[in-house]
Amino acid sequence: MTESTERVGEVIEASTTQFVAECYELYQPPPLGSLVQVGDAGEELLGVVYYATTASLEPGRRPIARGKDEASEEAVYQASPQLEKLLRSEFSALVVGHAEGGKLLQYLPARPARIHSFVYRCPPESVRDFSTSFDFLSLLLSTALPVSVEELVAATLRQMSEAHEDSRVFLVGAGKELATLLSGEYGRLRAILERIVPPK
Amino acid sequence: MTEENINPRLGIVVSGSVDKGTEVRLDSSASVEDMVVGRYVTIEGRQRRFFGMITDISLGVTDSELTVAPPREVDSFLSEVLSGTATYATLHVLPMLTMGIEGSEPVKTVPSHFSTVNLASDTDMELIFGEEDETRFNVGNPLDMETKLCLDLPEFVKRSNGIFGKSGTGKTFLTRILLIGMLQKSKAVNLIFDMHNEYGWEGSTEEGQRKVKALKQLFPDQVAVFTLDEENSRRRGVSTDFVVRIGYDEIEPEDIVLLRQTLNLTEPAVEAVYQLHRRFRGEWIERTLALQDSDEIPEGLNIHESTLKNLQRGLQTIRRLPFIQPHVPTNAVRTMLEYLDRGMNIVLEFGRYRDITAYMLVANMLARRIYAQYQERMERAMGEGLAQPNPLVITIEEAHKFLNREVASQAIFGTIAREMRKYNVSLLVIDQRPSGIDEEVMSQMGTKITCLLDNERDIDSVLAGVAGKNELKSVLSRLAPKRQALIFGHAVPMPVAFQPLEYGSAESYKRFMPAGDTGQRAQKDIEELWN
Repeated sequence: MTESTERVGEVIEASTTQFVAECYELYQPPPLGSLVQVGDAGEELLGVVYYATTASLEPGRRPIARGKDEASEEAVYQASPQLEKLLRSEFSALVVGHAEGGKLLQYLPARPARIHSFVYRCPPESVRDFSTSFDFLSLLLSTALPVSVEELVAATLRQMSEAHEDSRVFLVGAGKELATLLSGEYGRLRAILERIVPPK
Repeated sequence: MTEENINPRLGIVVSGSVDKGTEVRLDSSASVEDMVVGRYVTIEGRQRRFFGMITDISLGVTDSELTVAPPREVDSFLSEVLSGTATYATLHVLPMLTMGIEGSEPVKTVPSHFSTVNLASDTDMELIFGEEDETRFNVGNPLDMETKLCLDLPEFVKRSNGIFGKSGTGKTFLTRILLIGMLQKSKAVNLIFDMHNEYGWEGSTEEGQRKVKALKQLFPDQVAVFTLDEENSRRRGVSTDFVVRIGYDEIEPEDIVLLRQTLNLTEPAVEAVYQLHRRFRGEWIERTLALQDSDEIPEGLNIHESTLKNLQRGLQTIRRLPFIQPHVPTNAVRTMLEYLDRGMNIVLEFGRYRDITAYMLVANMLARRIYAQYQERMERAMGEGLAQPNPLVITIEEAHKFLNREVASQAIFGTIAREMRKYNVSLLVIDQRPSGIDEEVMSQMGTKITCLLDNERDIDSVLAGVAGKNELKSVLSRLAPKRQALIFGHAVPMPVAFQPLEYGSAESYKRFMPAGDTGQRAQKDIEELWN
């Protein structure tokens, strides 16, 4: 893994199809739809961030409102520095592929990620490499998630398009793949396409 | 594949049947608007290469909802994504030939799923239609292509052939080109019954008064012009070789029978012709016309007075034709045969006598006698091992008059069309109402060339019995009104829509000239004529 790779968290729950990671910094989960990687270079797991939460460290203890007498939100945190330690941000990622002997494969790995594995955001060149193929789209489309799948696919493609020089060409290519996958489901296809219209 | 590629890929085969042809899904990179009905494609099957023609183009959607809520803007991102995926175009391709190592043969199977379909290149076309050589003659180019369409003329003249099309679609020009081809590249001699004086000497173009040269001007050594109307030919400045005259004594009952309709003869009148001929022999026309009333009808002949009047009225029509004379010194048939034996081609001009009576009478009479001679000679040649006479191609216009259902069985042309090359005589039929021609005759024609036809019955009769008839129908009805034709049958491996060569400019004449001394001399003649 290169030096420039940004470490964003640590795996705290893992299954074959997804993993949950806790962020090192409060409120700093990677953006929705971004590509993250877990594990050693050459053998890493790749996931797409589909969900993020921030909640109390202890499940039974809900945060209480504290800002009645404060001037700004910022002041709330300054007045109670312990808050940073009592709250935590988590994000969930859907496994969309893995590497085997340095080769990127867009299907599920043999084993899930290990707990406490470090989670990194993929650098743009990895994103580019990964998104040369659109096979991962079928993995995304076939999953039941707490967020709408169309939203997730659109967010993922928007994120990936930023790594490409000509984002329009990338999005048209992805759109065409989706049109094939969703033939007969024009409503879903249209919902995604309308969310990834490239800027003129 | 890039656009510069000579063989641009169009798509892949997705379904099909031998009977109905194959469906080809068009690649999203290929523009549906560039596809044209009638274009040729190659299909790369697993084991075979197929050659076919685009016969239909259609648009499809994967989800019918798309037609209800289409993208709002035509050039939007949405339409760019959808085109070629959720919305797509299909081509209907009719495979016509499979190409193997030993040449092409008719299709008996379909290409397998997902075979690649490419636009046929000029090289592919050349492989099928051949290059110009000693026997192949270039008649034009397949539509939208540079390749030459070459006909194997010795093969072509072995059977009777037809040229069809509405009037004004270029039949005459096409015929001129074919005649020139036959003159150059086949051993056949032509006898052309030239009703409108277009093939021997100058003719004119459809639009204007521009003169175009005809056979005798281009090939003076090989073509003789015979005329029925010497005065007319002289006025038009035609150098004629022989003036045809027909004697009363040369007209036989069979010649009259064919004219039954045109002369308005009743059935008994036709019967009477045979009786009178039996009685009076060679003088039957004069003696019949001399009969004043029924009292003068010789004993033993059962002819009613009204029948006699009917017959006399008919015979008067014939007698009024100036080229019919009581006695003629030179026998026209013998002269024609002498010319044909020398390998000369004959154009018989009708001058002012363009009415159908004269044309049918003369064409039938002469053709019948020449055919009889050919038959005799061929039989002798076979029996005694002598040289066979030169193959003869007889060109007739307004063919539906000779070959309609009623007279086809009696007229000599019906016999020629049916018996074909047994006696080395075949027909080149030119007509604008092919539906009027007897089906049996139509079915015997080797090669048919048709310009635009728009009458449903005419189209049906021309295409009767051809594989992929419905598909060809859509090609035929979309031909341009001029200078486009569809050819199919014996002389070509597959039906092809083509644009005949240009004819009428000085440049075009040069192209028709044979190489060598005669060619150069003829070319000099042409330049003189042209200047």
